[in-house]
Amino acid sequence: MVQAKDKKTTKNIINKIGLPTLIIGTFWIILLIMGGALGISIKTLVSDTIKRAGMNGILVLAMVPSIQSGTGPNFALPVGIVCGLFAIVWSIEFGFTGWSWLFVAIILAIIFAVIVGYFYGRLLNAVKGSEMTIATYTGFSIVAFMCLPWLMIPFKSTNMGWFMGTGLRETIQLDAIGGQHILSKFLSFSLFGEDGLITIGGESGIIIPTGMLLIFFLCCFIVWVYFRSKSGIAISAGGSNPMFAQSSGINIDRCRIKANILSTVMGAIGIIVYSQGYGYTQLYTAPLMMAFPAVAAVLIGGATASRARVSHVIIGVIIYQGLFTTALPVANQMFEGTDLSEILRMVIQNGIILYALTQVKGGDK
Amino acid sequence: MSDNLLSLKHVSKEYSGNKVLKDINIELKKGEIHALIGENGAGKSTLMNILFGMPVIHTTGGYEGTIEIEGKEANIKSPHDAMANGIGMVHQEFMLIPGFTIAENIKLNREITKANPLSSIFGKRLRTLDVKKMNEDARKALDTLDMNIDEFLPVAGLPVGHMQFIEIAREIDKTGLKILVFDEPTAVLTEAEAKNLLKAIKKLSQQGIGIIFISHRLDEIIDVADRVTVLRDGEHVVTKDVKDTNKYEIAQLMVGRKIEIEREEGINKNIVDETILKLNDFVVAMPGERVKGIDLEVKKGEILGIGGLAGQGKLGIANGLMGIFPAKGEVEFKGEKLPLNNPKAAIKSGLAFVSEDRKGIGLLLDVAIEDNITFSAMQINDDFLNFIGPIKLKDSAKIRNHANKMIKDLDIRCTSSMQEVGRLSGGNQQKVCLARALTLNPTLLLVSEPTRGIDIGAKKLVIDLLKQLNNEYGMTIIMTSSELAELRSICDRIAIVCEGKIEGILPPDAPDAQFGLMMSGSSNSEGSDA
Repeated sequence: MVQAKDKKTTKNIINKIGLPTLIIGTFWIILLIMGGALGISIKTLVSDTIKRAGMNGILVLAMVPSIQSGTGPNFALPVGIVCGLFAIVWSIEFGFTGWSWLFVAIILAIIFAVIVGYFYGRLLNAVKGSEMTIATYTGFSIVAFMCLPWLMIPFKSTNMGWFMGTGLRETIQLDAIGGQHILSKFLSFSLFGEDGLITIGGESGIIIPTGMLLIFFLCCFIVWVYFRSKSGIAISAGGSNPMFAQSSGINIDRCRIKANILSTVMGAIGIIVYSQGYGYTQLYTAPLMMAFPAVAAVLIGGATASRARVSHVIIGVIIYQGLFTTALPVANQMFEGTDLSEILRMVIQNGIILYALTQVKGGDK
Repeated sequence: MSDNLLSLKHVSKEYSGNKVLKDINIELKKGEIHALIGENGAGKSTLMNILFGMPVIHTTGGYEGTIEIEGKEANIKSPHDAMANGIGMVHQEFMLIPGFTIAENIKLNREITKANPLSSIFGKRLRTLDVKKMNEDARKALDTLDMNIDEFLPVAGLPVGHMQFIEIAREIDKTGLKILVFDEPTAVLTEAEAKNLLKAIKKLSQQGIGIIFISHRLDEIIDVADRVTVLRDGEHVVTKDVKDTNKYEIAQLMVGRKIEIEREEGINKNIVDETILKLNDFVVAMPGERVKGIDLEVKKGEILGIGGLAGQGKLGIANGLMGIFPAKGEVEFKGEKLPLNNPKAAIKSGLAFVSEDRKGIGLLLDVAIEDNITFSAMQINDDFLNFIGPIKLKDSAKIRNHANKMIKDLDIRCTSSMQEVGRLSGGNQQKVCLARALTLNPTLLLVSEPTRGIDIGAKKLVIDLLKQLNNEYGMTIIMTSSELAELRSICDRIAIVCEGKIEGILPPDAPDAQFGLMMSGSSNSEGSDA
């Protein structure tokens, strides 16, 4: 990525970008070059990276409010995700399709997430000091708990049920209701395709899922603006120095609840955007581990467990998703028949989380 | 050879160029009770740290001078060496394990053990405790102190006075104890308990143990000590026989500064006979600085100083008013009742606070200067905001203008208003704290320890600024400080707090001795008749 031209500034640049970001970013570039050398289409790799970054972006963005409020990365992201899934399912059940399905799902998701996020925030206020552990298990618990409603609520829509018996399928195909790629395809175009430099709606070359990226950047903008508002500034201050905020008359508990509502809402909207990009909605235990890639992404982007910015989200999600979309084909090419890329993914994902958590105290960032 | 049990010869110590102890000479005889007295920061604890070989001394370059024990030079490099040399200490905070019995606490890490089959295989660490012998030893130590409490009781739930005695028992149980240091032993005791303790101390000294008694209660010193050494600003002022002196003189020696106190009378002083703040039976539960019911009136336009020794509660007053620590009582501000335990209401009503804990609650260290300065005003008064419908966004231009003005007015040395506060020097950080308080346009400014941890040049600037605010803008200021000289240089009246109560209010030019007596809490017993 950035190569220091002046030796004196090398250290400054490393400090500014952050060592993990630099190492993993460089690793990604190396993989890309290797991929090119092995004859894998770089266009496809870049295209996949953009797609996956767009799908995961809002889930990663959900980390910013919770980190800023001092409750640490939102390991309870599945709480928001489950709200989003619940909204998707109801929107299908009500018979909405296409754009109306999307809007109803998002509106329902926001409603569910605000209510659930409020109680989740209350929970975090009751367990100050061990938020991250509690959050992780809250996430696990809610995913397990929701397996019951998925099975037991008597949904009628044939798009979601098993062919026999009751309950929802594990994977719901969204093409049946016209939800597949609905955002990704919106205003999409391709670069350097077979039909020229820019092709509207092109299918080859580097495909830009405009609609999906727009909604991601819109969410980024909302969060960015929010943290420049009176309320957002109070949240950041409370996260950075609770005693300071308290002495200025700020109700920290309320700030933390607000931040976690926002985080949960982002998680809920995030999974809707993710699902349409993926083409399927996965229920039951699918969201169980979804918090970890999101946490890892924001940390790779340069956030710490106590400070995060929107820029960290954008950088992080691109590098993290880029690394894994690239690593898979490259590793498959080099070591045929192994599952090396998945192992690599786990090592990097959990390694970076571990690294960041050790930096919570004593780090100078 | 002299009969000196312990002699400190020409002991000096500096922390990174800052001399905190200068050429101290103290001699302790067998069976003598030697009192050590001085204000906070006079060097008492540094001296004791040297005597105990605390790591903090040796990691900062050691000390100069020699320590002799029974005429032989002792090289004390660690607390372990100190113990081996027969030096024991009774701490102000008890170091006892609540769940263990009294005997177990007394014998902790010096347990008497006997062999068992496991220990013969796996070594000494697994030997069984000889509870009977331990209890006997503990009994003996307790008997020396006339304590008729059962040694097999657990420590948890015992009254504070008893815990103190167990600490002492632990020290005297150590074989070869020659010197015992008491660090403000009576600070946490009731009067009756303190009396018992003093009796026990006398008894120990009769057995030939040399005792160093650190206290700021003058009456106790007069009562129990044979000789007294006064430290001031790291200097050895004097060592006197107690029978040749009185508490009035000791107080004067403790407080008196060689440096003349500069004090120019405010020209535009405009103190109106109007009470702006009135405290009635004000209680604050601030840990370590408890306020136990004070009545105080502050006049409009004055600078009221609050002084006193550390831990007596002077810091609690401002913190309680601002709602940072739980408070109760009646507070009237500008003729209206001030709601307590509500920082927002306190700030809204016109109070502003510069905390003594600059880094802890005064600043957001990883945030820009400008955001620090404007934070409270933005949150409380909705200043520095752009209103776009229901959304309140920060007005960066206005913030920058204001911050730049403050930086210029208060002479904050920084690269720009966007610099992180954590990178500024202590003095400049303090000015940022002041700027934040001033941005609130307060009627009453509370300043706690405004010069703590900042260099002399910056100190003068901060003090001058406070003076200027008071003289030119008529701002009422309550300044809390451990540095009496500082208070006396700018305050119109100085309230001395002792043991959570106002001991008295003095004019700044009152004699040293009076300040000293009040700080030691012994002003009203016999008055200043001496």
